[in-house]
Amino acid sequence: MPKYHINVKPAPPRFLPPGKYVLIDREEGCLGCKYCVKKLCPYGVYNKREFDSIQLRDTIDYYCRNCLYCVEACPGGTITLMVNPTYLEIGDSYWKPEIITKIWRQAETGMISVSGAGYRGPFAGSGFDDMWTDMSEIVRPTRDGIHGREYISTDIEIGRKLSYLAFDAQGKLASSTPPLIEIPIPMLFSLPGWGKWGKPVLLSMAKAAKTLNTLFIIPLAQFTKELHPYIDNLGIYIDSLEELSALPKDVKIIEIPYNLSQNFQVIKTSHPQTIVMIKIPLSPEAKQRSLTLTKNGAEVFHFSADDHGLEFAEKPRFIKDIIKDIHLSLVDEGTRDEVTVLVSGGIAMAEHVAKTTICGADGVILDQVLMVALECRLCKDCLQGIPCPIDIENIEPDWGAQRLINLMNAWRDQLLEVLGAMGMRDVRRLRGEMGRAIFYKDVLNEAFASIKRK
Amino acid sequence: MGSWPPEVKGTTSRFKRPLGKYKIIKRANCNNCGLCVKLCPCGVYKFIGKKVMPLREYRCIGFSCEGSEHYCVAQCPEKALMVIKNPTIEALGDYRWTSDLILSTWYQAETGNPPDYMEYKIGNSGGGFDRLRFSFEFENQNFSLKEDVSTTIDLNRRNDGRPQVTISVPWYGGGMSFGSVSLTTMLARAKACMEWNTFTCTGEGGYPEALIPYKDHVITQVATGLFGVREETIKRARIVEFKYAQGAKPGLGGHLLGDKVTPDVARMRESVPGISLFSPFPFHSVYSVEDHKKHVDWIKEINPKALISVKVSTPVDVDMVAIGSYYAGAHIIHLDGSYGGTGAAPDIAKKNIAMPIELAIPKVHRFLLEEGVRDEMVIIASGGIRTAYDIAKAIALGADGVVIGTAELVALECTRCGNCERGRGCPRGIATTDMELSSMVELEWATQRISNLFHSWYLQLIDILRRLGMHSITELVGKTDCLFYIDKWSENG
Ligand code: SF4
Ligand code: SF4
Ligand code: SF4
Ligand code: SF4
Repeated sequence: MPKYHINVKPAPPRFLPPGKYVLIDREEGCLGCKYCVKKLCPYGVYNKREFDSIQLRDTIDYYCRNCLYCVEACPGGTITLMVNPTYLEIGDSYWKPEIITKIWRQAETGMISVSGAGYRGPFAGSGFDDMWTDMSEIVRPTRDGIHGREYISTDIEIGRKLSYLAFDAQGKLASSTPPLIEIPIPMLFSLPGWGKWGKPVLLSMAKAAKTLNTLFIIPLAQFTKELHPYIDNLGIYIDSLEELSALPKDVKIIEIPYNLSQNFQVIKTSHPQTIVMIKIPLSPEAKQRSLTLTKNGAEVFHFSADDHGLEFAEKPRFIKDIIKDIHLSLVDEGTRDEVTVLVSGGIAMAEHVAKTTICGADGVILDQVLMVALECRLCKDCLQGIPCPIDIENIEPDWGAQRLINLMNAWRDQLLEVLGAMGMRDVRRLRGEMGRAIFYKDVLNEAFASIKRK
Repeated sequence: MGSWPPEVKGTTSRFKRPLGKYKIIKRANCNNCGLCVKLCPCGVYKFIGKKVMPLREYRCIGFSCEGSEHYCVAQCPEKALMVIKNPTIEALGDYRWTSDLILSTWYQAETGNPPDYMEYKIGNSGGGFDRLRFSFEFENQNFSLKEDVSTTIDLNRRNDGRPQVTISVPWYGGGMSFGSVSLTTMLARAKACMEWNTFTCTGEGGYPEALIPYKDHVITQVATGLFGVREETIKRARIVEFKYAQGAKPGLGGHLLGDKVTPDVARMRESVPGISLFSPFPFHSVYSVEDHKKHVDWIKEINPKALISVKVSTPVDVDMVAIGSYYAGAHIIHLDGSYGGTGAAPDIAKKNIAMPIELAIPKVHRFLLEEGVRDEMVIIASGGIRTAYDIAKAIALGADGVVIGTAELVALECTRCGNCERGRGCPRGIATTDMELSSMVELEWATQRISNLFHSWYLQLIDILRRLGMHSITELVGKTDCLFYIDKWSENG
């Protein structure tokens, strides 16, 4: 494959995102200093400041970089910086405000976030936050890969792979090779399970999928003629066998729910050159189902967790832990290499892609994060018929596509950072490499073995 | 070296209204009687002409003052005063460096002592150092005289004919290059480290000539970019540090964005102004332990007196890396855990790549013990060491000493706003080479602030050792039985 490159262009937000802090400028007590600290703000915030009469907001909080200079330097003590209560309300316990604002930034700029002064977060946490990825001190290809001088591949293949080829007596290939699609990033697109969005959203996603050369999975019910030009980058989800006949020609992937999987062969017979992906909700049964289906010729699994990456179960496990379990079982059965494993649910940051891959997935299917990239605030007002605060129905598809493209560039670059640090040249080598990860509880128990616990 | 320990000189904030935990609201009915000026033991109020102003409200100890005879709010005859929690404090700090840790570091940099109304020992990260505590309840606590407690450590334990290098406190300053921080910041660190008979490090940006007077206390770094590395800089150093990797961006080279590559910085690094600099990773000439040894030999050849430190980050096999460095002939293995760092780094790397230092230290310590070479190697740990208690805990986990960085910047009133790499750089003039911004920091002031912080740490270490019944910091190395871990795991960690 030629070198893959993503073109980034700034795609500024249509609505000012709520800032983390708000400046409160209590003017009483102002001494009217000749050199007011406001003139000296290193970022010229007070000069750029204006009142946005549409959103009824002072732009000061958008520009302020929270350095606290003015707060500490004003002799009258009239300036205060406070945490913005609106900021704290964005998202939920999993899609935290920090995560959402990070997605917004990446969708705007296409750049990975870089900052000084070390790491600020908790030591470790649950979900994806209980593991670290490895690095390699010396023996590895160079960092140059990250700057493009040496190529690190993020390609993955989707489809069934034969574990061996059969030849007939004449030495001709006897096995028929199943269809296979190669995509340059281990990330596919789909829509979140909640909500319904208008054409501009669908078009944004289809356009971005085409530009990026990845795939966008969309329910048949939402497929319209306008999406036809993007057919090479679409996968279509059907609910019933009847829908099979309504499928547009040339569709690359058909996704079916688990309950249609007994019809797998029927579908394959009518669509031999189309990849059939089976969607299995992650539950305690998912593992056994996938083992059996793999034996029966399944090509691609889409394991889906909920939006917080949790299993559908009474005592839910986290997505990466279940994938680890499924991956290792397939390895034990000797069939892991035959199927493609894609996962969705709770993938909110670039590192989640790397971590699910380490735990055994070939790639991920993104959903909610794409909506956030389009500026969605996850307020779910739309579900209650309240007008969407960012007017998502009326986004410009080219703008939307660019936001998604930008996000994917930022994520791919971060994936390259992780791969580069490990000394890997190919994301396919990352799959299931659990030895190249550090699992919090394991290392903690080992490192602190001799320490009393209280 | 002058008297020991170096003297504390009160060094207040350079701002008019430094942040404190509390804010004082003085209503207009104040009659400027001056009672509060007299009463407050913390010196919060001052007369400006005839007006009383709560100019040092950052010293207010807040509600813990309530009930005392000098509680201004109650005593004010006009009832003109009110003490509230400063709302800006919520906007300061993070899990690792809580607002209390930042404010208490400022307090220590001002006064040379730990505060008694703020948390100055631990942060709120919920793991590692923040869950480790010392058990001081040993039966035979044998309080030795303060004067009898030693915090000195030796950095050469190889008996290889090279000079001994002894530092009087178990920490030294980590590499912060010219370009990533201002020259004043570098000089202040060097001067304070000279006073305390320890070291600072050039980082990878070359050796500014202004540092030469402090050369006996400056470690020269040789990093993958080899920026500004010259024979004479290597010859000048008592310790040469190879930087293989750094914790903040393990497996990735250094980053200096174009804006910060001013003509001065470019000259030092022999590069072009305005063009971003990326150090490669790894050393392109090192692909095995044998190559590594060649490197070490090369430096040893150029400077027959220097000690060699090898700075690495903390991968899965950090123990193997450490033993490799031993066989390559290094004196110091410097482990840089993943949560520290001062310079720009991709957030994904800071959070996710390689393990935190708390987990790496015991791993390496034990492995070197098992291999029977622990006595010959010095283990230095860094990456998120914020307080004197962190230092002591790192040592109890198995390090001989630590390297610090961020704490020194906080002493200079860094707020950890994280803008170090943007545009002109640090708005507080610390991590910048912008002329106007860096003129905000004065050398004497900065030196004294760092020195005061060191003083407070020194007192705390002595106190910890005495309460553990130890005479020397070297006794603490690897004594995990002095520690306990607060375990409050739920199912989901
Ligand atoms: S510095 Fe403060 S007191 Fe002086 S003019 Fe500006 S806002 Fe007013
Ligand atoms: S806090 Fe800093 S960036 Fe924000 S307005 Fe004040 S001086 Fe400017
Ligand atoms: S911003 Fe709120 S209303 Fe708009 S699409 Fe997102 S969840 Fe729905
Ligand atoms: S930019 Fe902010 S975080 Fe960086 S050194 Fe300056 S004050 Fe500290």
